Amino acid sequence: MAEELRKMEAAAGVADVATHPAPDQPLLRIEGVAKTFGTFRAVDGVSLDIRAGEFFALLGPSGCGKTTLLRMLAGFEAPDEGRILLGGKDIAHALPHERPINMMFQSYALFPHLSVRDNIAFGPKRAGMGRADIDTRVAEMMALVKLEGLEKRKPDQLSGGQRQRVALARALARRPQLLLLDEPLAALDKKLRESTQGELMELQRRLGTTFIIVTHDQEEAMTMASRIGVMNAGKLAQVASPRELYEAPRSRWIAEFVGDVNLFDGEFKLRDGHRLVIATRDAGTLVVAEPREPTDGTRLSVAIRPEKVKLSRLGPVSEAGHETAINRLDGMVADICYLGGSTVYKVKLDTGGIVQASVANSARLDADAYSLNQHVVAWFTPDDCVVLPP
Amino acid sequence: MSARRIFARPARFAAIAPYVWMVLLFLVPFAFVLKISLSQTAIAQPPYEPVFDLTAGRASLEAAFAALSIDNFKLLVSDDLYVYAYVRSLTVAVTATALLLLIGYPIAYGMARLPTRWQAVAMVLVIVPFWTSFLIRIYAWINILQHDGLLNRILLALHLVSQPVVWLSTDSAMYIGIVYSYLPFMILPLYATLAKMEPALEEAASDLGAPPRQVFWLVTFPLSLPGVGAGVLLCFIPIVGEFVIPDLLAGSNSLMIGQTLWLEFFTNKDWPVASAAAIVLLVVLLVPLLLYERLQRRQLEQGR
Repeated sequence: MAEELRKMEAAAGVADVATHPAPDQPLLRIEGVAKTFGTFRAVDGVSLDIRAGEFFALLGPSGCGKTTLLRMLAGFEAPDEGRILLGGKDIAHALPHERPINMMFQSYALFPHLSVRDNIAFGPKRAGMGRADIDTRVAEMMALVKLEGLEKRKPDQLSGGQRQRVALARALARRPQLLLLDEPLAALDKKLRESTQGELMELQRRLGTTFIIVTHDQEEAMTMASRIGVMNAGKLAQVASPRELYEAPRSRWIAEFVGDVNLFDGEFKLRDGHRLVIATRDAGTLVVAEPREPTDGTRLSVAIRPEKVKLSRLGPVSEAGHETAINRLDGMVADICYLGGSTVYKVKLDTGGIVQASVANSARLDADAYSLNQHVVAWFTPDDCVVLPP
Repeated sequence: MSARRIFARPARFAAIAPYVWMVLLFLVPFAFVLKISLSQTAIAQPPYEPVFDLTAGRASLEAAFAALSIDNFKLLVSDDLYVYAYVRSLTVAVTATALLLLIGYPIAYGMARLPTRWQAVAMVLVIVPFWTSFLIRIYAWINILQHDGLLNRILLALHLVSQPVVWLSTDSAMYIGIVYSYLPFMILPLYATLAKMEPALEEAASDLGAPPRQVFWLVTFPLSLPGVGAGVLLCFIPIVGEFVIPDLLAGSNSLMIGQTLWLEFFTNKDWPVASAAAIVLLVVLLVPLLLYERLQRRQLEQGR
């Protein structure tokens, strides 16, 4: 499935949005890095390659070790095991000020006693740049983040959005090879966050700097990053493009963490060409498209995203005339959640389970909307299902 | 009557309470001292004249007012004894405050960087000496510093000196006493500023290429200046007027203004000169006091 998807994406030209040609060697190579605090293993053997020019996101729930990993890249924590290679050189134990890596802090960490100009000039000054060069660089950075005219302000005289820009300009002022962003948008309100996402992507494309962003917000990671590493309990659970992560998650945990999903536990019964027939506990017999036979035993789970579950009053409708859905589940609408752009129906199945279906509200006056306790048929194609280990 | 009005009364009282306090316990006594400082010493009860007698009529009051003079202040300025006492007080206060800052800053810095649960322990250790009377602690120092005291015995045992060092009645002893007594007043405001400083600020400085020494001088120290200011003034102001420590630990050949005041008041029974000395001391201290207040106001404004 993952292979198929990658091929599909490559054909569509969406697989690699990074505009820079990938060199033979990755810019950053993380090799078996581990960090323990007391008895808590915060990062547990993470290996990862980051190419130059990539916009990479580390995604995970709080406490999954993503921030600790980022702090090890910045040099604020030293790994107990493993190596961190930047351009082939091991920097795992280099001090923060010795690394060509800069970080944008979640709290921004602007120096309150320095003006905006001096905050941005702090890095270039430490690098030993001349006064004239520093002035040029500061002006360039101020223009980059559209803050011209605010040079003399102190951080406490700025709005939240302006502070965020100063923090970004300051982190970029030394032209780092690698920019680390720790939840850079967490402190902004929703509207500002969305517009800033776009600006960050645009900036990254223009500068070609490699960005690694840490976030717990999957939408943010999916929107901005070309590749996402999902972390759970100190380990990298999956590294993939946003699309692959969503459409071909590697485990139940990832499927549930990234987006919403219906999961049905069941047993593998028989193979029918490229399809597997699975007897589920709660949703009867399901047919799923899966080229490989399950290797470890016969127990497995079927995952189906809510927006891929269709509802109708009568039954599966022929799609494009050539395929009729094979999976048909009868049930009753048990819950309706209207979200504006879409409506999520919870359908209580006659076979015992519950399936969620997300239906786009494509017409303003929807005469076809389903009502509570109405009998409906939920159906989906074998191609829209993913088989996961139990 | 509306609810708001009922609640307004205690609120209004709370607002004027500090002023009542100031007038009763500072301005009124200050007026007495000021009046005495303009009087002349006399062998009488009270030991100065003129005395205002509100029952003796207007003429007598006017005569009393006319008898006031600034002779005592002229004496303070013209007699080297007093000038030296002021200069010595300021010198001792400046030196001791500098020592306190040099010793207190690293301690406060270390405390602020301890794991949180150890910070509380460190705080208790700093405050614990206050549980013993100040006077007893100074007498304990006399014991430690005397000829066959603990300090000399240790120095002899370590062969650092061949015979006991004279500590008592020297400036060294006085500085030891002052630094020991005032250290908590320096450490606590410094610790408070350093502990609430966001750790990410120092990390950001180091991330932007500053080696540890620069991180300290460019970020940590400038941001701790409010604490430095508070600590310096909390120590400097009372040390200028310090009486007990120099009296018990320092020699008697050069006196601080607090000791001079005591002598004038209790030994010479010259209340007017003692009062004048006190007024001058207050004026000298007013400058740092006003500085301190301005600093506090600025901090409050920044905190908003």
